[in-house]
Amino acid sequence: MLTLSHFLVFGAILFAISVVGIFLNRKNLIVLLMAIELMLLAVNTNFVAFSRYLGDIHGQIFVFFILTVAAAESAIGLAILVVLFRNRRTIHVDDLDQLKG
Amino acid sequence: MEFQTVVFYLFGAIAVAAALGVILVRNPVHAALFLVLAFFSSAAIWLLLEAEFLAIALVLVYVGAVMVLFLFVVMMLDINIDRLREGFWSNLPLGLLVAAVLVVEMVLVLTGDFFRQAPAPVPLPADASNTADIGRVLYTVYAYPFEIAAMVLLVAMVAAVSLTLRKRKDARYLDPAEQVKVKAADRLRVISMPAEKE
Repeated sequence: MLTLSHFLVFGAILFAISVVGIFLNRKNLIVLLMAIELMLLAVNTNFVAFSRYLGDIHGQIFVFFILTVAAAESAIGLAILVVLFRNRRTIHVDDLDQLKG
Repeated sequence: MEFQTVVFYLFGAIAVAAALGVILVRNPVHAALFLVLAFFSSAAIWLLLEAEFLAIALVLVYVGAVMVLFLFVVMMLDINIDRLREGFWSNLPLGLLVAAVLVVEMVLVLTGDFFRQAPAPVPLPADASNTADIGRVLYTVYAYPFEIAAMVLLVAMVAAVSLTLRKRKDARYLDPAEQVKVKAADRLRVISMPAEKE
């Protein structure tokens, strides 16, 4: 018998993996974006699970909006990456020091 | 074991393995393909939760569009992987510590009585339509947010296009403003000349 815990723990494991991914791939912007997508997926899984177990469709509407915003976010992120690469010929995080941060 | 439990563990294991692949593999193209696998397995788990519309949307939108975009960009950029992998493992202990604490905390809370004893979901009737349910709420209660989401997508599209648009110096290019401003007198000259006879 599947309980709510099964799905929530699944989401938590996915989320933790993407946190590790952000730690490991600190210098690789592309994989960072992928790890963020993975985080959103984990959170969305939680929303869907709660929506099913509480019998409330509004959770799924929320996932719908998250998917929309995530798609917009990754499109703009990749566009910025392309412009960055065109101007600097690199996407290495250490080379991106123009703002003297 | 129940059939649903088997399906859950199968696709859950595949999704977790694919997520590990995303963060560990060397080649970003392989990472993108692993991410496709992770999304696909998660869509199967969403199907198990009877969220059919979102599961299909996840496959169509993410696997079909966003991941193809990722693959395009990864293949377009010429990346020096060796330099990006410098110090890859140096953050592993800290990352593992944070992740382990996170997972242990979450498992302790989520496997407690409160979540385990959550009532089993009400079985839906055989002719229940998830898409119709979502549409019914989306176009009534959430009509306004829905419009805003459309605007977000439009703005994102315009932003992505205008960010990456590049003007070529050698390209033949017409300025619409000048085309609109033009008057007949600029283009056309009426001259009077005597009619000729043979």
